[in-house]
Amino acid sequence: MRNAPSSSHIASRIVAPLTILALLAIWQLVCSAGLVPPFMLPSPLRVLQALVGDWPLLVGHAATSLAEAGLGLAAGVALGFFAALAMDRFDLLYRAFYPIVVLTQTIPTVAIAPLLVLWLGYGMLPKVVLIVVATFFPITVGMLEGLRSVDPDEIDLMRAMGATRLQILRHVKLPAAMPQFFSGLKISAAYAIVGAVIAEWLGGFSGLGVYMTRVRKAYSFDKMFAVIFLISGLSLVLMWAVDTVRRIAMPWERRGDSAR
Amino acid sequence: MGLLREKEGKTSPKTYTLFRKVLIAMARLEIRGISQGFGEVDVLRDVTLDVESGEIACLLGPSGCGKTTLFHVISGLASPRSGHVLLDGEDITACPGRLSYMLQKDLLLQHKRIIDNVALPLVLRGMPVEEARSRAAGLFGVFGLEGTERRWPSELSGGMRQRAALLRSYLFSQEFMLLDEPFSALDAFTKADMHTWFLDVVDRMGTTALVVTHDIDEALILADEVFVMRGNPQAGEPTGIVGSVRIDCPRRERKAYALTGGFLENKRCLLSLLG
Repeated sequence: MRNAPSSSHIASRIVAPLTILALLAIWQLVCSAGLVPPFMLPSPLRVLQALVGDWPLLVGHAATSLAEAGLGLAAGVALGFFAALAMDRFDLLYRAFYPIVVLTQTIPTVAIAPLLVLWLGYGMLPKVVLIVVATFFPITVGMLEGLRSVDPDEIDLMRAMGATRLQILRHVKLPAAMPQFFSGLKISAAYAIVGAVIAEWLGGFSGLGVYMTRVRKAYSFDKMFAVIFLISGLSLVLMWAVDTVRRIAMPWERRGDSAR
Repeated sequence: MGLLREKEGKTSPKTYTLFRKVLIAMARLEIRGISQGFGEVDVLRDVTLDVESGEIACLLGPSGCGKTTLFHVISGLASPRSGHVLLDGEDITACPGRLSYMLQKDLLLQHKRIIDNVALPLVLRGMPVEEARSRAAGLFGVFGLEGTERRWPSELSGGMRQRAALLRSYLFSQEFMLLDEPFSALDAFTKADMHTWFLDVVDRMGTTALVVTHDIDEALILADEVFVMRGNPQAGEPTGIVGSVRIDCPRRERKAYALTGGFLENKRCLLSLLG
């Protein structure tokens, strides 16, 4: 896959942006031609105007949402990391808690958000808790799979060299779990922003979700679209950041496969 | 040429062996009456053999006869149902971390550079990383690994990876190495090169080694003594040592040894032991 000729590599990289540009152009044409009433579907240019016009306000709200997402993600990742370590080390914990971990994922985020607001109020806490619930699962599952993916012969070899459990964890298991950890982190990062917005819908003083509720009540569809674009933009930036950290943290992945 | 070499080979082995024994630190391995099994299946019955200090012994047997099971016991990873493993007279049964153990797969850690892979046993023992690296780096030349220090394992060829794995084993224990089919994953040409190289390195380092193989030619090229294992644990016949053959050909002449009559004679002997 990675050894594909570079020309098709470049082509594959510009296909997606081109498609998006084409769709935006069609959207603009549909709006300009007057096929849809402007109050229902604002044109991309109007959305852009709204984005620029409300920018100072949006930045303030985005800061709140990002703070919640960051706190929730950090706590969720820490929780998932240690949960995976514990479940990998003690089989009893795995048997006892893994089904519950899976169960928490069957509960829709939207459904527990109102409960959290009722219990924890309109401050930051319910938002952060919701994000923790949403983000720790991909991390836990990814880490666990990674820890368990280690070749048993590698562990035997380490034991034959007199390695302790902690040394095996540090030199073999944790590095082996890194690819799955980062895959989980990427998904979690996207969940974090979305989780913050959903929690803010249900009440709060600031945040992109709060802004969204306000503009919806004012029927400002252009501003609604503007904030949607901003949210997906933020998610993309966060996912890109995770990929960058991954590339730095796992240098062997960069050249490793090319020589094989 | 072949005849000449054969003649030389017949005159020197005794003095040669004696010379080696004087130089080399003791690392005599005694395996005493090892029996092992899993559940209902008896895999090994009363396996007894000695590996003299400074020698290379080969364990020859068909696939699935329990060679790896025996190695797990010798390396201390598994404790046997009965029997003992002695290193220089000291009982090391079920004590991992005394002998270095190299498996068929090179098992280099993908996320460590070659230098860090190789230095790992020293780091595990508590040596500071920098010191471990510099000690390992000093041996890259002898093991034919110059220039690979900063590379990742996936960038190396099979033969080079095997060399790195061997250097790692060597850094773990210079005295005694267990090698489980170390060259079986390599192609024939690489394998022949590795044999010559391996004999040279072991000779220079004065290491004692026990090598598992299912390849008769490989056993005859590498070993000072070949032990033959026979049995079929899956069919209810536990494996034991049925005999051994001593190879009296000095290590530097092993390359041409395969073309001599002595080689064929020993091969016939091993084949009849294997049944």
